[in-house]
Parts: sequence; C-alpha cells; structure tokens
Amino acid sequence: MKDQTYLDRESNLTPGISKISAKNVNVYYDDVQALKDVSVEIEKNAVTSFIGPSGCGKSTFLRCLNRMNDTIDICKVTGQILLEGEDIYDPKIDPVQLRAKVGMVFQKPNPFPKSVYDNIAYGPKIHGLANTKSDLDEIVEKSLRRAAIWDEVKDRLSSPATGLSGGQQQRICIARAIATSPDILLMDEPCSALDPIATAQVEELIDELRENFCVVIVTHSMQQAARVSKKTAFFHLGSLVEFGDTEKIFTNPNDPRTESYITGRIG
Amino acid sequence: MTETFHTNSLFNISDKTKNRNAAERRFRMYGILAISIGLLMLLVLATTIILRGTSAFQQTFITLEVDLLESKLDKKGNRNIDDIKKVSTFGYSPILVNAMKQALEKHEISTSLKKKALGGIISKSAPSQIRDFVLEDVNRIGQTVVFKFLVNGWIDGYIKGRYSRESVANSKFASAEQFDLIDQLLEVGVVEKKFNFDFIFGADASDQRPEAAGIGVAMVGSFYLMLVVLVLSLPLGVAASIYLEEFAKQNVFTDIIEVTISNLAAVPSIVFGILGLAVFINYMHLPQSTPIVGGLVLTLMTLPTIIISTRASLKSVPPSIRDAALGLGASKMQTVFHHVLPLAAPGILTGTIIGMAQALGESAPLLLIGMIGYVATNMPNTISEGLLSPNSAMPAQIYEWAKRADPAFIERAWGGIIILLIFLLTMNTMAVILRRRFERRW
Amino acid sequence: MALNGVFYSLMILAFLAFFVSRFLTLKTVKGDIRRLHSRPVYYGLNSLFLTVFPAVILLIVWSFAQSILIDEKVKQQIPENFITEDAPLNLIMSEVDRLSEGLKQLVDQGTLSATKVENEDSELFGIEDKLESAGVFLSSSISPEVLSASRSKFAMEAFGSSTRNWLAVLVSVLGFFWSLKNSTAEFRARNHVERITLFLLGTAATLAIFTSLGIVLSMIFEALRFFGMHPWTDFFFGSTWAPSFSAGSELSILPLLWGTLYISFVALLVSVPIGLYSAIYLSEYASKPIRAIAKPLLEILAGIPTIVYGLFALTTFGPLLRYFFGDGGFLGVEWMSDSRSVITAGVVMGMMLIPFVSSLSDDIINAVPQSLRDGSYGLGATQSETVRKVILPAALPGIIGAILLAASRAIGETMIVVLGAGAVAKFAGNPLEALTTITTRIVSQLTGDLEFDSPETLVAFALGLTLFTITLGLNVLALYIVRKYREQYE
Repeated sequence: MKDQTYLDRESNLTPGISKISAKNVNVYYDDVQALKDVSVEIEKNAVTSFIGPSGCGKSTFLRCLNRMNDTIDICKVTGQILLEGEDIYDPKIDPVQLRAKVGMVFQKPNPFPKSVYDNIAYGPKIHGLANTKSDLDEIVEKSLRRAAIWDEVKDRLSSPATGLSGGQQQRICIARAIATSPDILLMDEPCSALDPIATAQVEELIDELRENFCVVIVTHSMQQAARVSKKTAFFHLGSLVEFGDTEKIFTNPNDPRTESYITGRIG
Repeated sequence: MTETFHTNSLFNISDKTKNRNAAERRFRMYGILAISIGLLMLLVLATTIILRGTSAFQQTFITLEVDLLESKLDKKGNRNIDDIKKVSTFGYSPILVNAMKQALEKHEISTSLKKKALGGIISKSAPSQIRDFVLEDVNRIGQTVVFKFLVNGWIDGYIKGRYSRESVANSKFASAEQFDLIDQLLEVGVVEKKFNFDFIFGADASDQRPEAAGIGVAMVGSFYLMLVVLVLSLPLGVAASIYLEEFAKQNVFTDIIEVTISNLAAVPSIVFGILGLAVFINYMHLPQSTPIVGGLVLTLMTLPTIIISTRASLKSVPPSIRDAALGLGASKMQTVFHHVLPLAAPGILTGTIIGMAQALGESAPLLLIGMIGYVATNMPNTISEGLLSPNSAMPAQIYEWAKRADPAFIERAWGGIIILLIFLLTMNTMAVILRRRFERRW
Repeated sequence: MALNGVFYSLMILAFLAFFVSRFLTLKTVKGDIRRLHSRPVYYGLNSLFLTVFPAVILLIVWSFAQSILIDEKVKQQIPENFITEDAPLNLIMSEVDRLSEGLKQLVDQGTLSATKVENEDSELFGIEDKLESAGVFLSSSISPEVLSASRSKFAMEAFGSSTRNWLAVLVSVLGFFWSLKNSTAEFRARNHVERITLFLLGTAATLAIFTSLGIVLSMIFEALRFFGMHPWTDFFFGSTWAPSFSAGSELSILPLLWGTLYISFVALLVSVPIGLYSAIYLSEYASKPIRAIAKPLLEILAGIPTIVYGLFALTTFGPLLRYFFGDGGFLGVEWMSDSRSVITAGVVMGMMLIPFVSSLSDDIINAVPQSLRDGSYGLGATQSETVRKVILPAALPGIIGAILLAASRAIGETMIVVLGAGAVAKFAGNPLEALTTITTRIVSQLTGDLEFDSPETLVAFALGLTLFTITLGLNVLALYIVRKYREQYE
C-alpha cells in the first residue's frame, strides 16, 4: 500500500524535474500566520529565487525546507513538503539527516570561531563522512575549491576563519555547507551583508554551483534574482503570489502585485 | 519498501544517526541531572533548616506555686531592700525545690529524686527570675505566687526527642529518673511545651542555660548595624555614582575608579574585617564589638554593590529625558536632581535593599571586630548606646551558638537561621516587588 | 564646649542662615521673585552651605592635625632612657593612650576634676583603683613617666578640642554673616550652589575610593610590621604553621595555602560540572516556564548566608560523612576521625558556588550569537553537538573567567571553612582528613585577646594581604577575560 501512496505522490510531480514539492504550507508563530497556503515545485539543477518585500515570508518558507524552524519553539508548520517524494515533516524523519542533505547558508556570514580547516571539516566530522585524516583533507580541499576560495585560503587553513573578509567568510560558509555533500543548498539573502565586489564573487559562485546542486536563494535584490536564477517566486504578505520562469516574472508578470513590486510601487 | 526506490532515503535512519541521537539524549540527561542535583541540594538545605530549626521556637515550661518564704529571703523580717539584696540567687534555690515538692504532693506523684536532681529539672535561670520579682517589690515576701519557669535544657531535649533514657545513662546533667518524673508531670499538665517568644525577643544566655537563650538582642544589634550601613552607604554611594555617571569626564582617573569598584565588590568579606580591625579599632580606637564599627566595615562592603546598581539605573534613564530637561533651560544639576534621579530611584532602592540583605547575612568580618565571644544580654536603651555599646548581630550570634558544643544551642542556631532567613526573604521579596512594580521599559 | 554643643549650634545657625538670607533676598525685590537671578531657595541654600561647610572642614582637619601633633609632642616627653627593648616606644605610647583615655572617662564621669588632672600631682596616685572601678584596665602598674605623659596628653587634648570647638562655631557665625551680603537679586545663587554640590558629589566619589585605598595601605603597613618581626622567608617558604605564645613561632603560609587550594579544588569539582551543565540545560534546552522556575530557585542557593552553609557542614553534612566513613561507621572503614574535613567543607562550598557558576555561564552562553547555532544546525548538527563543538569552544574564555571568579570566591570563603574544615595545618592528601585554610587562621589569630605587637597577631595581616592579592589577581584576570570575550561578540 505504501508503494501505492508513494507512486500517487510521484504522479503529482513532474517526474525527474522536481526536487522539492511543497503543498499548502502554512506557518504560524503562536497565533500569527506567517505563511498562507504556499505550494511550489523546485527544480533539480537549477537556481530558484524567492523575492518579495521584507516580512513577506520568503525566509520563513526557506527555513521550512530544512526544518530550521524546528529550533524556534513557537513555530508551527502545516501542509506537506516533499523532498524527492518523501515528506520531510514525517515524524520518522530525523531533521539532522535532512539538514545534511539540505544545506543552508545564512544572511550574515557566520563562520565558527575556529580555524578555516575546522570550519569546513565540522560537517563531515559530525556526519562521519570521512574515515581517515586524508579523506577529510580531501573533502576540505574539494569543498574550498568548489566554493572558489581555495586559492585565497590554502596557505592559512589553520588561522581563524573570523579573521577573513566578509566576502571570504561567506564563501567559507558556502564551502562549509557543500562539505556535507548536500543535494540542495538553501541561501538566505547570502549577499545582503556584503559589498558589491564580494557580492559579484558570490553570485558567480552560485552560477557555478548550479551544475551540481539544486540552489534556492532568498534575495532582496531583484537584479540579483534576475541575474542568477532560472525560476523566481514572488511572495507578498505571507502568500505566494506568482511562480514561474524568471524572465517571464520580470518582463510579463501575470499578477498586478508582482508588477507593482517589480516596478517599485510596493516593497 | 524504502530500498525499492531510494538508497539514501530520509526514512533510512543510519546507525551513525542513531548513535548521535543517543548521545544527544545522554547529553540532555546530564543537564537534567545537574539541575536536579542543584535543586535537590536546595531542598535538602531547606528541609534541614526547617526540621532542625523549628523546635527552637518551642520550649518546655513548668508552672509552680512558689511560697516566697520570709525565713529564707528576709531573715530579719524588716523588709529592708539592702538586706534582701544580699540574698544571692543561690539562696532562692531551696524555695524552688520546696515548690517542686509541693507540686508533686498535690498531684500525688512520688519520686526517689534527691533535692538537687529535683531542682535540676528547672532551668538555672529560675532563681534569678524569682529574685528579680521579689526585688521589684519587697512586700511580695510571704506571698504564694504562681510562676512559669523554663525547664532545664536537657529535660527540654528529652521532651523534644533529643535525648533518651539510654543516652543519658552516664550523664551528670540528667538522669532517667528525671525523665520518668517529667513524663508524669506532663500528664498532669504541670509541665507543658509552648511557643517561646523569649527565643525571638529575648537575650542570649550563658552556656549553662541554653533554654534561656534568645536572639532578640542580637536582632537589635543587627538593626543598628543596618542603620549605620544605610545612613552611610546610601548617600555616599548615590552621590559618588551621580558624580561618576553624570559629571565625571572619561579619563584615566575615572577608569581607575571604575576598575577599583568592580574589583572591590569581589574582595573576600574577611578582608574587610581585617581592615576594620586595623583601621577602626587599632588605629582610630573606636570601641570594639560595637555596631558602629561593624556598620562601618559592612558599609565598605556594601558601597560597591550600591554604586554598581545605582550607576546601572542612572544609565538606564534614556538620554532623551536629559535632553528634554536641558532643552527647557534646566541646568545639568537640576536635570539630574529633578528628572534623572527620581526616575532611577526604584533601581537604586532595589540595589540598596539587595546590598543590605547581603550585609545582614554577613558574619566573617564581624568575627574579627569582636562581635562574638560576647554574651549579648543587655538590650540597649538609647540610640547612642545601641551604636556604641558592645553587642552581637544575628549571624554572629548563630556562629556563637554553633561553637558551643551543647546540642540545645545547635537547635537554637538553626532556629536563629530561620529568623535570619525570614528577614532576608522579606528584603529580597521587597526588592523583587519594587523591581516588578516600577521597572520601566523605555 | 563639647562636640554635641557644636553640633546643635551649627544646626541652629544653618536653620537661621537658610531662612534669613531667603527673607532678605525676597525683601530686596519686594517679593517679586521674577527679578531674582535664581529661585529663592538657592539663596537660602547658598547661605546654609557657607555657614556649615567651612566649620565642618575646620573640625575635621583640626582633629586630624591635633592627634598627629599631640602624638609627636608626647613622644618627645618620654625620656629616652625609659625606652627599653622590653618596653619599646609604641608599647609605651599605647599605654599612654589608654591611660589618658581613662583619665578622660573619669573626668567625664565626674570622679576627677579636669584641673586636678592637669595641676595637682600627688592626688593622682592610687588612680588605678579609680580607673578599674570605671572599667579601664591597664596591663601593668602605672609608672610616673607614663602618668605624666598621659596627663600632659590629656591636658593638650582638652585644650585643643575646646579651642577647636569654639573656633568652629566662630567660623560658622562668620560664614553666616558673610553669606548675608549675597542676598541681592543679581547674585548668581544657583551657580554657586551647584558648584558646591558638584564639589560634594566629587568628594563622595573620591571618598568612596580613597577610604578603600587608604585601608588597603593600612593593611600593607601592618603586614610590613609583621615582616619586620618575622623573617619573610619563613612566611613564604617555610613548611610549618605553629604559632606559639612563647617566642619561636613558625608561621608559614604554605600549609595553609595547601589546605585552601585543596578545599577550593573540591568545591570547584562539585560546582563546575553541576553549574555548567545546569547553565547549558537552562539556556539551550529548557522551555520557558522551566527556566523561569529553575533559574531563580537555583539562585536562592547564592543568596543564603554562608553561616547557614557553615552550620550545615558542621552539624549535618560532616556527621553524615562520618556516619559512612568514620570509626565504626556504616561502611566499616575508619577513614574519618572528625566530622570536619576537606570533603565536608569542599562539597558544601561547592553547593554554594553552583548558582555562581551557572548564572555566569548562562550569561556567557547566551552571549554566543544565534547565527553560530543556526550555522551548526544548518549543517545537520544535533543540539548537543552544537553545544559541545561550537558553543562551548566559542564561550570557553568566558566560562574560564566564570570559573576563576568562582575560585576567587572559594579561596576567600570564611564561614564554611571555619565551621567545616578543621584546624590542622599540614600537607595532607586524604580528603577525609581535617585541614585548615588561610581564612580560618586569620579568624583564629584575630579573635580573643589581641596584642597588636606580636608576630602571632600581625601574621593575620600578612595572611590577609596575601589572600587579598590572590583574589584580586584572579578577579582582575577573570574580568579581563570576560570583557575581552564580550567585546568579541559586540
């Protein structure tokens, strides 16, 4: 029977394309409803961006995707979020394993007050991904290379990560997230605390990551969404207003609210 | 089913994850365990205090009809007070024994006890109780008066279950026969256990008479200590804080003051006692064992606490209030005294109460300035006597009792702790209420 | 004039000054206060300050100067050949102090008249009995030299004090009249009053600091006196603590320091794990209501006076330990001969320190930014992994600071060790044996009858100074570490 349900679910998806499928997701903080009936399909190997004015619920929704909201006591999530067809809010699911698969990068660079090496090695260590020191070294190097920061830090792997510049710190955080070899990378306004040059570096990186990961990015900047993403979702006042190809959203939106936001009338 | 479609399905909880979750549960258990141990310790302490201290508030009394025999107290029969004064408390003992015997006859109780053992049932404070009564009015001689006496500490200990017939088998202070007699007297109601107000309001007694010891005088001593602390540390502390917070410029000097104050707050209290001894007693020749010296020492201890809390509450008054007053043309001084200080007052008061509560419970410095080893028997009559004549203080009195080996004094020490804690609890509750009531969020 | 006479005169003058100057000022403007520079109350206050403060300052300065000058004069009066090794100058001086104090008491009581003390020689012999009946006890019989020195001290003090008192009242009256000339509408009374107030506030601040500082100096001074009598090498590097009333005491701090550190170590062994785990649980795991109940409950432990813990150690915990480990005890071992021991004092002290460690660590753990926790959870770490591998390492400096503060508390704690630790000064390792500490010895050397000239008493000041230095050092270090730590996350 279970196979049947699974197939039922699968049939609702576009096979082979959807990585995450959210249906009727509602989020409450105590009595306040932060998200209303959000349903969205996120594609494999593509960048999806969430845009919208602040407080619209886009970050909240992002944090639902790897159950980071669990760490907030008053937060309650209803509805269904399927990751490769599996309900991530199923009580049998361990959020710890989920988060290894769905990595996250935060708004402010938050390297641990440890060395660069220990920052990257932290994830693989706790998840037991490396058996030997050389394995671990390899993972660290690979992750740093993928995050395009290897050349900058290879000579100071043992110096504290907090001493790096903001852009470097954020790329360290991305490398740290990559190191657990997740399928999906969630990025919560990863450039909002960075200067334009660092932003450009990170955006370039996101473009490269697209080949190996499914990237979901929350952004405040419409230009950024236009630059990096294939699909865009527009949130307003807790609901998903419009979701579709980035190009269409920015040139020919269906919803008047999206148009107002794009043209700067609301937000 | 999971294998059929996914090798890395999330429903596959790996062994590694299971181990990690077990570690998580263990860690959480350690936390719960730690808190429980902490709370358990509090519970043990509270139970000990209550179990061992409450009995101090009850005391065994014996009611006797005493014939104030002229033949013993006023042999010349001329009611000359000077002659009657010559009869020492020792001369009153036979009267007591007589009264005891009469009481036994009246209730038809027979005993094999000798005179001395009979008298030993009653507290050693009883003769002076009668003597004081007689000297108040010599014409009372010849009358028969009903007295209520304390019962000796050992007998009281038997009634409270501290001693048994076996445990006093080799004692020279009490005997099984006395206990037998007491059981009979209890039955007929001559002896009874009652609430003992004298423990709360009375004076300390010498180490022969634990049953007569009370904490009242030490309480008054503590009151005078607190008076000195309040009068000195509040104005001084507030004035210093106002200067430092509102007027002083930031420079090396104020930095030094800052560091000094925060470190003074952590100097061990005994060091303050040494300082008090060196400066106030050895150098300034203030009288030893007096509340004024104790108060000065505790003031030095309390001052940093008050300064720190006052500065914190001055700081919490938002600059907009100062700007508003200054904008209306008030001088800086007027701004501070008319606006900032009143708004900071609840915080200052809270800090003061907490500092005073600390000082009230402090005993180490008092040991050094001689507020122990001293039997506080006299209630001071005037304020200057209260400040300048030797006295004890509650914690010092408790220490004093703890040092005397007699278990009857240990019981009183725990009883004293209950009273001390009631004061501290009241003060801290007041502080909490003040804070809740007047706390402002700007 | 006696001192309280001066006090009442000043009160009356102050009262007068306030109202008279206020009245005069108002009269110059015919009651129209708008024409005044300041509000009338400031004119009153200005007069009041001028009337009182110069007089009070005079009283204080004079009193200090007088006591120093008279001391010098009296020292010169004592013939040089009278000073011997058995009776050094300071001993004679303290005798003189006590005797002149006694004479003053006798005069106050009316037993003697002041003129008699100052002039009539022969009358005074046999004064010992009178003094004794007045409650003044002297250590030896009074020698004529001491008596004459005391009498002249008494005379000088009496003269000095009465001059001072009259002068103070005079200054006050002058200040009063001087201040009245400022009762004009143009006078900037408020500025003057505020300047004086500011000066007073500043004085309070300096006073608060300098009394503390001066007092520390006095302790150093007494400790130096001790090192003048007793070799400092023995104090710091000797191996025995054995004060004796006859000469030849061995007074080394090392055995005491051993006991102190051992007991503090046991206390930390109890309080650090319990306190730290409690803090972790309360800040990372506990739900709001549990936190709201458990935290204040734990903090009660810190508010209980130490005498309570001392009594608990002496009468409850010690005997309990002895019931298990003592002669003929429950376990059949004979490890404990007294209910006082390192464990007794250490564990009870640990109880007291739990909330100290937990609330400081709680603050410090809470200061670790949430973003670090998010970062760790986002990588799939469990809560305990986050705590152990991210939060604790990040909070480590702060926690070390907290532990140092707790250690400084433990080292300086007195009542628990006085009642629970015992009095044996040696280098013993058995935690069920009694040991003694620095604070315990300070108490025992400074209670009872004191001779401020013997090394056995003065050693307490050296011990106190060492204790002060150790705790202050620990404290400064801890505060420095904690401050650095906080700056890191601000």
